[in-house]
Amino acid sequence: MKKTYKIEVDCANCANKMEDAARKTAGVKSATVNFMTLKMNVEFEDGQDPKAVMQAVRANCKKVEDDCEVFI
Amino acid sequence: MNKKQKKMLIRILLAAFLMIVIHFIPVKGLIRFALYLIPYLIIGYDILLKAGKGIKNHQVFDESFLMAVATIGAMALAVYKDGDYTEAIAVMLFYQIGEWFQSYAVGKSRRNISELMDIRPDYANVEQNGTLMQVDPDEVEIGAVIVVQPGEKIPIDGVVLEGSSSLNTSALTGESVPCNTKAGEEVISGCINLTGVLKIRTTKEFGESTVSKILDLVENASSRKSKSEDFISKFARIYTPLVCYSALALAFLPPPVRMGILGLPADFGDWIYRALTFLVISCPCALVVSIPLSFFAGIGGAGNAGVLIKGSNYLETMSQTRTVVFDKTGTLTQGIFEVNAVHHNKMEQSKLLEYAALAESASSHPISKSLQKAYGKPVDRTRVTEIQEISGNGVMARVDGHMVAAGNARLMKHLQVEYRDCYHAGTIVHMVIDGVYAGHIVISDRIKPNAKEAMLALRSAGVRKIVMLTGDSKAVAGQVAAELGIDEVYSELLPEGKVQKVEELLEKMNGKEKLAFVGDGINDAPVLSRADIGVAMGAMGSDAAIEAADVVLMDDDPLKIAKAIRISRKCLRIVHQNIWFAIGIKAACLLLGALGIANMWLAVFADVGVMILAVLNAVRALFVKKL
Repeated sequence: MKKTYKIEVDCANCANKMEDAARKTAGVKSATVNFMTLKMNVEFEDGQDPKAVMQAVRANCKKVEDDCEVFI
Repeated sequence: MNKKQKKMLIRILLAAFLMIVIHFIPVKGLIRFALYLIPYLIIGYDILLKAGKGIKNHQVFDESFLMAVATIGAMALAVYKDGDYTEAIAVMLFYQIGEWFQSYAVGKSRRNISELMDIRPDYANVEQNGTLMQVDPDEVEIGAVIVVQPGEKIPIDGVVLEGSSSLNTSALTGESVPCNTKAGEEVISGCINLTGVLKIRTTKEFGESTVSKILDLVENASSRKSKSEDFISKFARIYTPLVCYSALALAFLPPPVRMGILGLPADFGDWIYRALTFLVISCPCALVVSIPLSFFAGIGGAGNAGVLIKGSNYLETMSQTRTVVFDKTGTLTQGIFEVNAVHHNKMEQSKLLEYAALAESASSHPISKSLQKAYGKPVDRTRVTEIQEISGNGVMARVDGHMVAAGNARLMKHLQVEYRDCYHAGTIVHMVIDGVYAGHIVISDRIKPNAKEAMLALRSAGVRKIVMLTGDSKAVAGQVAAELGIDEVYSELLPEGKVQKVEELLEKMNGKEKLAFVGDGINDAPVLSRADIGVAMGAMGSDAAIEAADVVLMDDDPLKIAKAIRISRKCLRIVHQNIWFAIGIKAACLLLGALGIANMWLAVFADVGVMILAVLNAVRALFVKKL
């Protein structure tokens, strides 16, 4: 399953770091962050609950870049 | 400017003002330090906090950390020597100015580009009890009737029921000449209604309409990353830690060496200063922000010219295109076939055409449409049975009890019927009725008015080889190719044959050169996906083409292909300029810093100045009108 989320982040390097963090989150099959359109596309692994996974993604993103937001 | 940017601007101005005031206050020692601490904290408190949080979260090597270490170090040196505090504050100040500028510039171009692609309709007018109601286009069902007033955008694809008007399609195609429409014709969403009121019956939901598909495609375009972008993210990942360790080495290795081996004074202060300059230069911002911005601007500019590119990676591949392979029908020629002549017929012309039209009645191929047009009367399908389509060759069917075969020379050979060739260039439909040759029909197509100009434009855009593939006969193909100046022609190909030919051509390509295939999206999806770049043209309203291709031309003007290549070249040129410029300046400044020639001011230029220049350069990719 694929979903798109709006994000808020200030710098392009931070967006790259968020992408990395999202990819490393359990339950995420692949993720891309688009800094220009401020969007995060996440593909979930089968049988995962997107809501729960996204909470973890958000927490991981906050860890690498304090000044960011993922709108779930 | 948003709230964050305003607040930042105030902080920047305040800190700069305080710095100047303090400069004229005659105090010494710790009081001076305390006074200078005020502007330093005003401008840099968030950076210090972020650096602290970064360390807590095991994300040590980020920009905030670099800036914090560099400025705290510079402050400490200034206290030690009771020297110049302005340097540390200036570094922080310029860093923040750079960040502010970046966020402003990116925000601005983000808005510009979305305005360029501003085709999203806000509402649809639905008539209820005699009055017009504005509703969300998402809520309009298929088959509902909507009203579009002059000056409004058509929100949903549909068929005109009443009214006639001219439509401005420039937001979709980049074409500025309006096109006319009247009752019974299909219209696509995103066009602007110019003159008359139109009543339209919707044929699709909003989500399936052209406008939604295009917006979707454009918004997701930069998610497919190019090699340049991947390179930059990898580079940034290695580069920052590398510079940090080098700075550490620069601070602590040379002094002991000087003392122990060379017997010189250690000069700790000097070497630490050099290490700090290193850290200031090290931020990879300029690269990391300007490369995706260039691609984004390039895709936005292309979109405005009626060329939709599905990803930065395709933009990159497009710029390396050296071979362009065209499908003939509908791409170089108009794909509008007309029956021009009937030869060697034993029965009456109109009778032969009637048989041909009936036999081909089940096919939607342009050839069969032209036959039906030439027949001129409505086709009574009940007269046709046992229809058998022989892909790429023709059809066989029973019409009024007679066995009719209509098709090309291959079909004739297959049926072992003796046939007569035609000297006219065109598509020849041979007719066999009850096993006896009954003559042939010549159908020909016209070359698009811009096709020849397009070939010249392609060559001047750096394309070395132009190839044409077609299912048509050798005679037709040869004539078209000669007229347009095409290098290689392969004719009489079946759809699988086209894929094979493209594969052969791909094998012959060397190195980085890429092959683009241009088709009209009908029947050529496999080829479109097999080529390095699949370009579908005339995609207005054709979902299949939008799905299969990597680059979609909204109208069917072959000149747009050259334009697309030029746009991609320009964008990639900017990307390369930025990569080399940013890395070059940084490397030079790092070297100067290590030798002790560069001071903090130069370091700040290497960081912020380069970034501002790179961002300004990136925005250039947006301007594609004159290409």
